[in-house]
Amino acid sequence: MLPSPQASPYLVTPTIATLLLLLATVPFWIERAGLYPYLGVEILIWSIYALGFNLVLGYAGLPSFGHGAYFGVGAYAFGLAQFGLAPNLWLCLLAAVLAAMLAGAIVSLFVSHRRGIYFALLTIAFGQAFWFVAIKWHSVTGGEDGLLKIARLPVELGVARVDLTSNVSLYYFVFAVFALVLIGLWRLVNSPFGRTLQAIRQNETRVTFLGYSVWWVKAAVFTLSAAISGLAGALFAMAQMSAFPDVMSLHHSGYIVMMTLVGGGLVSFWGPVIGVFAFLLTRDIIGTYTTAWMFWFGLFFVTVVLFKPEGIAGLIRDVSDAAARRWSPGRVAVPAREPGE
Amino acid sequence: MALFEAEALHMRFGRRVVLERVDLRVEENVFAGIIGPNGAGKTTCFNVLTGRYRPSRGRITFAGEDITGMTPQRIAQKGLARSFQIMTLFDEYSARDNVVQALPDMRAMAWRTDYPVASDRRLSAAADEVLESVGLGARAHVRAKELPYGDRRALEIAVALASRPRILFLDEPTSGLGATGRTRLRNLLMRLKGTLTIVAIEHDLELLFSLADRVSVIQWGQVIAEGTPAELRADPWVRRSNLGKLQ
Repeated sequence: MLPSPQASPYLVTPTIATLLLLLATVPFWIERAGLYPYLGVEILIWSIYALGFNLVLGYAGLPSFGHGAYFGVGAYAFGLAQFGLAPNLWLCLLAAVLAAMLAGAIVSLFVSHRRGIYFALLTIAFGQAFWFVAIKWHSVTGGEDGLLKIARLPVELGVARVDLTSNVSLYYFVFAVFALVLIGLWRLVNSPFGRTLQAIRQNETRVTFLGYSVWWVKAAVFTLSAAISGLAGALFAMAQMSAFPDVMSLHHSGYIVMMTLVGGGLVSFWGPVIGVFAFLLTRDIIGTYTTAWMFWFGLFFVTVVLFKPEGIAGLIRDVSDAAARRWSPGRVAVPAREPGE
Repeated sequence: MALFEAEALHMRFGRRVVLERVDLRVEENVFAGIIGPNGAGKTTCFNVLTGRYRPSRGRITFAGEDITGMTPQRIAQKGLARSFQIMTLFDEYSARDNVVQALPDMRAMAWRTDYPVASDRRLSAAADEVLESVGLGARAHVRAKELPYGDRRALEIAVALASRPRILFLDEPTSGLGATGRTRLRNLLMRLKGTLTIVAIEHDLELLFSLADRVSVIQWGQVIAEGTPAELRADPWVRRSNLGKLQ
């Protein structure tokens, strides 16, 4: 019998500390590794997005396939706030988060009663609706041309002002946001709310009969996930200095699902982050040899789904469990790792 | 006044009448049984009583309050817990975590996002106490899906008990259990008897009749007989039905 995974009582675990330390050094060696600082920015932004998305997919077990909408709403809201309200970083980020949160809250009212394929189809339908609005509402969104000339606003700290126009300084700002999101979500998934999400994934009926308001919990997590996606979208608009409807399209929504599943978001907190690294590094490394890099990643995705549905994180777990058994033959079992870990 | 009462319950799915004028009274701390052949409407009756289905007509009161048509979560919050014929556990969670999830203190904190559950010793101690009471104390750390069938049945009851209900509905608790499992469950129910109100559907009539204070017989969606086990054994309706083998 395998001991069950336990929730973690720690705010920062050795894995979190090691990852953050490693990421903090990226600008010092990324170019020597043949890559470029902007890739680091992209990886962190997509990691924020994927961690937020995995709250819905991996933790609550809700198949949302239209999450690109909230990423896009955040990107547009960041640009529009910058042009229409005030060019202040904090204000624009807040506007992006609130706009995506509002969009997510509205959609959650319609989808939270559903589960399975009906939930998935509704999220796709709403995602397409947002994408269509972005394409057609030319006077606000710029239509297919998108919003251009979005500035990388400086960080105003009262006593100091940090310019973010260079990719390295932007990297460190995004890194700070990533660290906050990472630690916050780690705490959340180990909190009563996070444990209830996982209980809903495992058995929604039982959670209902234990007296939990399942509908509200599902609506809340969907809204929160949309807000985090919007935050990532705002950072993406700042990084790209533009916002395009493409990020709201169905295939972009598919990317985040692929990243999360390939990485192992269904079995590990780290799955989405692993998936983002795998996806973007594949794009950049295989992309230097062939423009058909997505074909190869697609094949990899199919292989993972067929032979290792737990993704790369599941593979790492199996290897480390096997190693632990090999080196500790006296142990009956090795603790399994689930999304809570 | 009865703790739980159903009056003239009707339930129909489309044109098919499943329950017709079902009346049920359960006094506090009584063990009430519901029996009947397959397809008689017992589980539908349970689902109506516990809020899963809204009755087409009729009234249900719990502790004097009308709970007809309330959602299952609201009814559960008022102190009603149930187990399921097809087990509904959190398979990836340990036995302890299954029970922790059911504790009222955990439910009260359901919206907290800043509090690590694992650091709360009170929750795990309370869960271990419930697990001890059903004989699963030594298996608290084992995942639910790794437990043997009999232990899973016991855990199903532990999860229901953990919510500290005033009334516990058990839907065929011995379903799928062998002789040893049945004896163990009977002992558990015997210990629980008198400490809270229990309503159980059960096919093992010998077991149910040895535990229940009162039993209702459901046939064709109606209560055709009701009384103590001794009264039912003498009832001509019951004797004529296939339940007469009790004689």
